Amino acid sequence: MTTTPRQVVVTGLGATTPLGGDVASTWEGLLAGRSGARRLTEEWIEQLPVQIGAPLAAEPPLARVEARTLDRSQQMALVAAREAWADAGSPEVDQERLAACVASGIGGVITLLTQHDVLREKGARRVSPHVVPMLMPNGPASTVALEFKAKAGVHAPVSACASGSEAIALGLDIIRAGRADVVIAGGTEAAIAALPIAGFAQMQALSRRNDTPQTASRPFDKARDGFVLGEGAAILVLEAAEHAAARGARVYGALAGAGISSDAYHVAAPDPTGAGAARAVRAALRSASLEPTDIVHVNAHATSTPTGDLAEAVALRTALGNHIDEVAVTSTKSMTGHLLGAAGALEAVVSVLALRERIVPATRNLDALDDEIALDVVSIDNRKIGAGAALSNSFGFGGHDVCLAFTV
Amino acid sequence: MSQDILAGLAVILEEVAGVDPADVTPEKTFIDDLDVDSLSMVEVVVAAEEKFSVKIPDDDVKSLKTVGDAVSYIQRAGVAA
Repeated sequence: MTTTPRQVVVTGLGATTPLGGDVASTWEGLLAGRSGARRLTEEWIEQLPVQIGAPLAAEPPLARVEARTLDRSQQMALVAAREAWADAGSPEVDQERLAACVASGIGGVITLLTQHDVLREKGARRVSPHVVPMLMPNGPASTVALEFKAKAGVHAPVSACASGSEAIALGLDIIRAGRADVVIAGGTEAAIAALPIAGFAQMQALSRRNDTPQTASRPFDKARDGFVLGEGAAILVLEAAEHAAARGARVYGALAGAGISSDAYHVAAPDPTGAGAARAVRAALRSASLEPTDIVHVNAHATSTPTGDLAEAVALRTALGNHIDEVAVTSTKSMTGHLLGAAGALEAVVSVLALRERIVPATRNLDALDDEIALDVVSIDNRKIGAGAALSNSFGFGGHDVCLAFTV
Repeated sequence: MSQDILAGLAVILEEVAGVDPADVTPEKTFIDDLDVDSLSMVEVVVAAEEKFSVKIPDDDVKSLKTVGDAVSYIQRAGVAA
């Protein structure tokens, strides 16, 4: 049986990132080619081999009492969700037709670590009664659902650095399946802490350019040596097209499709053939009823790791064929660092804006394209793009491959 | 004495749950009147134990419905200690 799926549109955007406390300042930062990376100054940083990161540009503007029962990842999700909801015009929606899909890759790790210190130093009686809701990976989704009284379901797909994209893909499925009319979807991550940095560093996943943080994240560049850990949140309001039309909502564009696959190759290393990633891209095209030739822009996962960027380049050529030579490829992470479970959501926001504004922000720090990477990576100057569709890739430890397709 | 405890509780409630100190009067119930949820109530109890150097066992917390209940409990527990 073939049926035409419900069309899903994007009607609200929100973000808090290393470049700015909202979407406008983040977008402006991207167009200006700014880097959100800097040397970290926390006292625990001295013991670590990696001493750089990309923290939030603006601390979450929440009231003290509101903030004290929320993990930092939940605070950021709330800030981004409030912006997105207001941006969507604070839609009147039946609460039982409103769902929340907000993902995090790691969950409330800062709460986990600080409360473990409390347990060891002060004893069990002093452990916060809020600790479990603060550290559970579905905490940010729950925070957002409580704020907007979303009663059609609260979801938090966990797939490491693909989590934000998977949450958006799930939101698409939910609306297409008719289980909700509006979904608040996205990702959040607050993992700039000693243990996660030490762990990623042990995996050789992080850049060690401690003395030059702003040029450390250099996706597709010959001299890339790992990613820069960022933090932040990004949220999209997804809405059934007819629901948005009925209320006269401003529409940014359509979430035309999504593809999900898995590598089953290695827990952390990407499959060098890019086969799993290519299958996700092709699945996204099918889901969106698009051909490779419809694609004008790819917002690549491109974290700046030696193996990951190369595998993605291979995957894109496998999936799109020689049309990839006509596609403007960028890496948002060259400026924001890697927001892990929020990365896909932020890059979805950026992809939507790029299509709408017909311009893609140039990739920073691409001084010399890796000889093995045959992609048209936009660098130095932002580039105008024509009408068409954009893809946003996200891959995660665990072998997760997610690709989102947007059209305007 | 009880006025000091009342004032101390008001400080804790403001810190933990954002309750306006002016609202903290003996007849107010924590949950319904002051909007202190069950998790925040645990924080209030632990902070009160520390501030007033008393022990408030979890089983006794359930009986503390109003601010006045808590003031009386702390006063008695303080005397016993």
